[in-house]
Amino acid sequence: MKICVLVKEVPDAAVEKRIDSSTGRMDRSGEKNLNPYDTHAIEAAMQIREGGVVPVEEIVAVTMGPDSAVRALHKAVSLGADRSVHLSDQVVAGSDVAATGYALAKTLQRESPDLVLLGQQSDDGECYTIGAVVAEYLGMPSLTQVIKMDIDSDSLRCERQAEYGYDTVQIKMPAVISVGDAINEPRYPSLKAIMGAKKKPLDTVTAADVSIDASKVGGENSGAQWVAAKAPPAKAAGEIIEDEDTGETVEKIVAWLDERKLI
Amino acid sequence: MANILVYALHYDGAINKNSLGAVSEGAKLAAELGGEAHAILLGENVPEDLAASLGKYGAKKVLVAEGPEGLAQPLVDAMARAIADGGYSYALFGGGLLGFEIGAGLAARLGAGVAMEVTAVRAEGGELIAERPILGDSAISEIKYRSNVGIIISRLNAFEIKETGGGDAPVERLDFELSQHALQATMVTRGEQRGADVDIEGASILIAGGRGLGKAEGFQLCEELAGAFGGNSAVAATRAVVDAGWYPYAAQIGQTGKTVAPKLYLAAGISGAIQHKVGMQGSENIVAINKDANAPIFEFSDLGVVGDLNKILPKLTEAVKAKKAS
Ligand SMILES: Cc1cc2nc3c(=O)[nH]c(=O)nc-3n(C[C@H](O)[C@H](O)[C@H](O)COP(=O)(O)OP(=O)(O)OC[C@H]3O[C@@H](n4cnc5c(N)ncnc54)[C@H](O)[C@@H]3O)c2cc1C
Ligand SMILES: Cc1cc2nc3c(=O)[nH]c(=O)nc-3n(C[C@H](O)[C@H](O)[C@H](O)COP(=O)(O)OP(=O)(O)OC[C@H]3O[C@@H](n4cnc5c(N)ncnc54)[C@H](O)[C@@H]3O)c2cc1C
Repeated sequence: MKICVLVKEVPDAAVEKRIDSSTGRMDRSGEKNLNPYDTHAIEAAMQIREGGVVPVEEIVAVTMGPDSAVRALHKAVSLGADRSVHLSDQVVAGSDVAATGYALAKTLQRESPDLVLLGQQSDDGECYTIGAVVAEYLGMPSLTQVIKMDIDSDSLRCERQAEYGYDTVQIKMPAVISVGDAINEPRYPSLKAIMGAKKKPLDTVTAADVSIDASKVGGENSGAQWVAAKAPPAKAAGEIIEDEDTGETVEKIVAWLDERKLI
Repeated sequence: MANILVYALHYDGAINKNSLGAVSEGAKLAAELGGEAHAILLGENVPEDLAASLGKYGAKKVLVAEGPEGLAQPLVDAMARAIADGGYSYALFGGGLLGFEIGAGLAARLGAGVAMEVTAVRAEGGELIAERPILGDSAISEIKYRSNVGIIISRLNAFEIKETGGGDAPVERLDFELSQHALQATMVTRGEQRGADVDIEGASILIAGGRGLGKAEGFQLCEELAGAFGGNSAVAATRAVVDAGWYPYAAQIGQTGKTVAPKLYLAAGISGAIQHKVGMQGSENIVAINKDANAPIFEFSDLGVVGDLNKILPKLTEAVKAKKAS
C-alpha cells in the first residue's frame, strides 16, 4: 500500500507568532520548522511499515506552502518518508481551511494513496480540521485525534478520546486519519538520514499540474474572511515566584494560599 | 431566509451541555437576523421528547435523522441535505470534538467558510461575524463569510445555556442518504471509561497533574498534596497523561473531559494548552508550578511558580500539613 503523510512548515516553537498587520496573514519571516505534531504522523506510517502486517511500498510526504516549505519535506524524509511532493503556487496563498483542504486533496488524488495521515493540529493555525476537509473532498472515511491504530488487510481499528470517553472505530481503507500526539514517540533522525534527505526525490507541482480549480483557492476565493483582529480583554497579570530557595518558595505559596483562606 | 441550523450532540438519553448552549445562542442570533434556529439530531431511534425538549432553549423546529451515532460523516450527509432543502444561512456547533469534524466536512461539502474555536458571535448588517482567539489567545480575529452558508464551530463553554420560556418544539423526520464513504466507518465501542470513576466536579480544591510529572507514579505527589489539603479536594489530569494511561479519564479536565470551577486549582507540570484551559478557566484561584517560565499556563494563573515540581510539591505538602495542624 501507499501512505501519504501531510506535513506543514510552521514558525519554530521559540519564535513569537504574530500576524502581519498589512496582509492579515501569519508573519512567516522568522525561523521555521516541521510542525511537531506531524512527526507523529510520519512515525505512525513508519510503524505500519515496520509492523509488516500490510506491505508498505511507499511513504510520501506532501505539503502545500511557500518555497521554504521544502525544509519541512526534507525533515519528513529524514524521519522516514521515501519521497515528497510540494504544491507551490501563488494562487493557493492565503487559502482558508476549506480551500487548503481542497488543494491538498487534489494534490493527493494524483498519488492515489491507500492511507492519508496527518497531525492532530498545526502549531500556528490550530484549526484541527484539515483532515475532515481532505477526507470529504477525497470521498474517504476519516477520524481525527486517533491514539491507537491497528491495521489489517484493508481496514484500521482506531481508538480516540471523544466527548464521552474512548471510542473504537473500524475504518475501511482508503481513509484519512489524523493522529493524536499520544499515538507514539517519534524517533530522532540519524545523521545519515539527515544528510541523505536532500537526495531523495522531491516533486514540485503547481496548482494547474494537479488540476486545482484556481477559482476555489487563495485568500480572495476563500469562504472565511478575516476582517479584523483585536487584543483580548486585559487581565491582571498574576504574581510570579522564581524558585531559588525551595523552603522560601513554599513559605510564599502557603502565605498566598492562607491570605485567600484556601488552607 | 436567514435561519440557523444547530447541531445537537446527544448521548445516553441527554443532550450535551455545549449543544444546549449552541441552541440558546443560535436562537438569540436567529432572532436578530429575523430568522429561526432549528436543531438537528442524528441517531438510532432518537426519543421524540428528547428532540422536542430543545424548544425550551429556543429551537423553533427540530430535525431528527436516523443513522449511526458518534461519527461525523453521517451528520455531514444529513446536514447537507437539510441545508439543500433550503432556508439556512449558518450552521452552528457547540464546543467538543465531533462538531469540529462535522463542521469541517460540511464546509468541504458546501464549499463554505468555517471558523473554529469561536468564543463570540454577533449579528451586524444582516450577517454574522464570528470572533476567534488565535496565537495562543494573544489576539482575537473576526471572521465574516463570503459563502452562501457560514459555519461556526465554537469553543468549549463559549455559550450560556438559556431557557427561553418556550415549550416543546415540533419534531420533523429528515430523510437523507448516507454517502458511500460514510458507510466505511463503524463504531465498535463508544464512550469507554478508562480507569477509576473519580469525581472532580464536586471538589473545591483540585490538584491537577500533567506530563511534567514524568511518569504515572508522579501522581503520588499530587495525591499527597490533595491529602494534605484534606476535606473536599481531589486530583485532576490533562489529556496527555490520561491518553498515556497514567490517570483515569474521569479525572480529565478540558475539551473532551470535564469542566470545573473549584475554589483552588493548582497545576503541576501542565503547559496550559487551550483545550485544557477551556475546562478550568472559571476556577476562582489558579496556581501553576512549571519549570518553563514561558509556559502558556502562566498567562492565566494568579500565582505562577517557576521551578521543579519534584522539589516543590513534597515540601509544599509538608508545609500545608503543618499549617493545618497549627
Ligand atoms: C492564526 C490563524 C487563524 C486561522 N483561522 C482560520 C479560520 O478561522 N478559518 C479558516 O478557514 N482558516 C483559518 N486559518 C487558515 C488555516 O490555518 C490555513 O488554511 C491552514 O493552511 C490550514 O489550517 P491549519 O494549519 O490550522 O490546520 P490543522 O487542521 O490544525 O492541521 C492539521 C494537520 O493538517 C496538515 N496540514 C495543515 N496544513 C497543511 C499544509 N499546508 N500542507 C500539508 N499539510 C497540512 C498537517 O498534517 C497538520 O498537522 C487561520 C490561520 C491562522 C494562521
Ligand atoms: C481536539 C483536542 C482535544 C483536546 N482535549 C483536551 C482535554 O480535554 N484536556 C486536556 O488537558 N488536553 C486536551 N487536549 C490536548 C492539549 O492540546 C495538550 O496536548 C495537553 O493539555 C497537554 O498536557 P500537559 O500539559 O500535561 O503536557 P505538556 O503540554 O507536555 O506539558 C508538560 C509541562 O510540564 C512542564 N514540566 C516538565 N517537567 C517539569 C518539572 N520537573 N517541574 C515542573 N514542570 C515541568 C513542562 O515545562 C511543560 O510545560 C486536546 C487536544 C485536541 C487537539
